Amino acid sequence: MSSSVNIITLTIDEKQVGARENQTILEVARENGVEIPTMCELKGLTPSGGCRMCVVEVAGIPKLLPACMTTVSEGMVVTTNSERLKKLRKNILELFFSERNHICAVCASNGFCELQLMAQKVEMSHVHYPYLYPHCEVDASHNRFVLDHNRCILCTRCVRVCDEIEGSHTLDIKGRGIEAQVITDMDQPWGDSETCTLCGKCVHVCPTGALIERGMAVGEMSKRKQLLPYLTQMREVKT
Amino acid sequence: MKKLTLATIWLDGCSGCHMSFVDVDERILQVAEKYDIIFSPLVDVKEFPEKVDVTLLEGAISTDEDVEMVKKIRKSTKTLIAFGDCAVTSNVPSMRNHYDLKDVFKRGYLETSTDNDVIPDEMLPKLLDKAYPVHHFVDVDVFLQGCPPSADTIFYALVEIAEGRTPELSKRARFG
Repeated sequence: MSSSVNIITLTIDEKQVGARENQTILEVARENGVEIPTMCELKGLTPSGGCRMCVVEVAGIPKLLPACMTTVSEGMVVTTNSERLKKLRKNILELFFSERNHICAVCASNGFCELQLMAQKVEMSHVHYPYLYPHCEVDASHNRFVLDHNRCILCTRCVRVCDEIEGSHTLDIKGRGIEAQVITDMDQPWGDSETCTLCGKCVHVCPTGALIERGMAVGEMSKRKQLLPYLTQMREVKT
Repeated sequence: MKKLTLATIWLDGCSGCHMSFVDVDERILQVAEKYDIIFSPLVDVKEFPEKVDVTLLEGAISTDEDVEMVKKIRKSTKTLIAFGDCAVTSNVPSMRNHYDLKDVFKRGYLETSTDNDVIPDEMLPKLLDKAYPVHHFVDVDVFLQGCPPSADTIFYALVEIAEGRTPELSKRARFG
């Protein structure tokens, strides 16, 4: 670490903590044993602030701020787990469930899914929003991987890992808002992709069963996310 | 202590949750100490009772008959438990929800059958446009997730309710 980085102090959940001035609230919270729920964030990828699960309250600011995107500042007073935040996180998660067709019972990632486990963690007993039941395609054109839009939460981890780590940028997002969808190349079938290197990183960073290895049956698709910090570290050593 | 009454029923479900209930094995005797099972596929009673303390309701709501039934159940029941993922989320029955009803019938009665060329339109409950979770129609008191919920969780929930407590299910039950 360069010696020019300033050390500041702030308060997270009534606890005084020290941090480097360029760190995010999420990083500092984790270093100090404060757990903030996240869905789109993954260590080793650039934060995108898309899922909103990590929102926190900062004294003096009326808006909620995503902990993964907000850098700390001197004297900041952060609350990560108020009743209001707990309720909002539950609502956000319910929106994930209502927006696509997440049927855990018949999912390859059943038992390994971060969305499923998060529902348990934030004590989401049911979805009180009406389900949308959209018609979603399953792209099974690739000979090694399957992309099931029914189970996608648009966290963009796959897009970021393909771009930032693998350097292929095969995956991207088309459309906006509720119409948004993961695409491969110029919205062609994945099996026809000329840029996909078949590395499989997208599958292993996917928090749900939206990206799986071909042939996986219910409850078989565990993911190996631990590959990522290692790859990122190696990349940093190289550059 | 006075015994509570218990009803169990499945609507658009596979009976898997009931199988899991039966999996409480010999603990069924403890259940029987706390509850009289007055209506269930396991007992031979045809009419849903006018008054019941606890109802385990398995399955999604998929037909006009289900809607009628779930309203009747709610009216008669003190503590209504959405029993399993189909009741809580509409789960597997909801996989038809993004298809047109006429395509669902075509698939169910014509395309997958070799010796039938008729779609029945009488004597059967009318299928709703979608399969819905129970709480879409009536208030639910306890959401018991799982496909199916484990026998341990079911037993725990029934005991807690019998003891007058609210079952703490977030650590014991999850979707799937």
